[in-house]
Amino acid sequence: MTSAAAPIRAKRVLPGFTLSLGTTLLYITVIILIPVLALILKGAEIGPARFWAIVSSPRAVAAFQVTLIAAAIATVFNALYGLLMAWVLVRYEFPGKRILDALMDVPFALPTAVAGLSLTALFSSNGWIGAWLEPQGISVVYTIWGIALAMAFTSVPFVVRTVQPVLEDLDPGYEQAARTLGASEATIFTRVVFPQILPAWLAGCTIAFARSLGEFGAIVFIAGNLPFQTEIAALLAFIRLEEFDYNGAAAIALVLLFFALVLLLVSNRLQAWAARHRGA
Amino acid sequence: MISISSMTKSFGPTAVLRGIDLNIEAGELVALLGPSGSGKTTLLKIIAGLEWPDAGGLVVDGKNWLALSAQQRRIGFVFQHYALFPHMTVRDNIAFGLSVRPRAERPGKSVIAAKVDDLLGLLQIAHLADRFPGQLSGGQRQRVALGRALAIEPAVLLLDEPFGALDAAIRRDLRRWLREVHQKTGSTTLFVTHDQEEAFELADRVVVMGEGRIEQIGSADQIHDRPASPFVARFMGAVVELPVTLRAGRAEAAGLDARAVERRAMADGPARLFLRPDAIALEADPASPWRLTHKASNGAMIRATLQQDGGLEIPVDLPRHSAPDLSLGSAYRLRPLTGAVFSFDAAPQADAARPLPILKEKRL
Repeated sequence: MTSAAAPIRAKRVLPGFTLSLGTTLLYITVIILIPVLALILKGAEIGPARFWAIVSSPRAVAAFQVTLIAAAIATVFNALYGLLMAWVLVRYEFPGKRILDALMDVPFALPTAVAGLSLTALFSSNGWIGAWLEPQGISVVYTIWGIALAMAFTSVPFVVRTVQPVLEDLDPGYEQAARTLGASEATIFTRVVFPQILPAWLAGCTIAFARSLGEFGAIVFIAGNLPFQTEIAALLAFIRLEEFDYNGAAAIALVLLFFALVLLLVSNRLQAWAARHRGA
Repeated sequence: MISISSMTKSFGPTAVLRGIDLNIEAGELVALLGPSGSGKTTLLKIIAGLEWPDAGGLVVDGKNWLALSAQQRRIGFVFQHYALFPHMTVRDNIAFGLSVRPRAERPGKSVIAAKVDDLLGLLQIAHLADRFPGQLSGGQRQRVALGRALAIEPAVLLLDEPFGALDAAIRRDLRRWLREVHQKTGSTTLFVTHDQEEAFELADRVVVMGEGRIEQIGSADQIHDRPASPFVARFMGAVVELPVTLRAGRAEAAGLDARAVERRAMADGPARLFLRPDAIALEADPASPWRLTHKASNGAMIRATLQQDGGLEIPVDLPRHSAPDLSLGSAYRLRPLTGAVFSFDAAPQADAARPLPILKEKRL
């Protein structure tokens, strides 16, 4: 017989908490935490002075600059184009819409090296588009524009695919209400629609930027990889690895990781601010 | 004044409005009452400029509104689920209609703020001004939605099922309060509802719609006492339908004492009598073909079921305290207190209570 004073314990409604959390934690440890920890340890091995010497060497600084600037260009482009694309895919009905929608996944599905190769072929001076751009004095291949192009190609789905579902779920009542209140279509977009997709859009842009920072496969083919000019940080780390300079590679990789983390932090703050009305 | 003429609208093969003619006077408070699918919300959205009719006219204060966009009509529309802008505070929501005006017509910031403060006071939500819609209850959101619509001083105020999503007590409160707001602002108001009580309690005039047509327009009493069509009779709760014979305008049938039902100037012959279950009294009469087969009490009312020899079964609701002793299996005579008689043919009644643009009555 159980005693009347036995404490009442609420039963969990959803079973399997321990098992599912344990599995995910194990996974995160093996796939993410251990590699990152190894990277940090490897970078820390050499001490701050040597670390600083590696990451502030002119070649490394140039590589970081190229990477950040190209990623910024790619992200600005994707931010605008991705938003437009999501808008078109959600708001209009037209033949071929589903094909266009499926095409947005191609950059995800395509091996990035293949993307890099075909972009290079297209934009080189004898490629379809390059042959036409070159006489205008615009060269893409082997310049920072080529790097930005490759980054934009591989990261645009992030913006489209984060904005699209939010736009789809947006109650048409908001826009109808704004219309009855006399707002012009432009005002409706800027004051009613955009603020509501802003958090998702910021999140998409952040992932796109982070992805661009680390992009490697697509870029090495189109960039030319000239040190001080078109050499990206990820490639420099790779070169250090090939030279068996593991500490040098880790130091450069750590800086990239740092950029990405700072970015994620800023983006999270921005998203929280944009979604402040939801905390209720 | 709103004047709607011969308006039709289809969504694909489905006819939603089949010829609507309706005039609404300035300052009037009118309800569009009907079951779902009767086209009442579509009509409201057409007046708002959110839908467009296939044919017909919509003239408001002498202007052809079908040539104007929703933005130009200056209407206040309160959506069923409010559609408050979730990223704006209550204050910004209410100010929205004023703050989006083109620069030339836009009132100054302080004017807008004063106007919003006025409305917050009128709507009794001043303490909520800086909250976001997500932090409000349903009834509070309803008030904000109304405030947002009223801020632009609309020519016409339109409300789509304004209290549909609220619970009964809040609904009663808000109804009384909407009536007050209407008296204070004096704006022509049209609201859609499927709730008879709401329509009759609130509106000056009720427009009953069914299947894309106006079935009847009138006050609560008129529609109650003299439904213009079998559709209205059924919709008003007269779900008991008896085959009768008309003789000198009086409905007659075995076991039926319809002396309390108004005489109708209709040709003698077979007809249908529509009765509300709660407007039938029972009297013991061994000669009647109606037998009590079932009875149950809910405390206030006794719901009795009577069956005719022929198999026809009808419900009768009696107040428990004044009901006679009912015994199962006994025969009773039906004595309706009110009722409506309609002929069997599908054509409209010559003497239908209110001559209206009722077209053909559809068999349901």
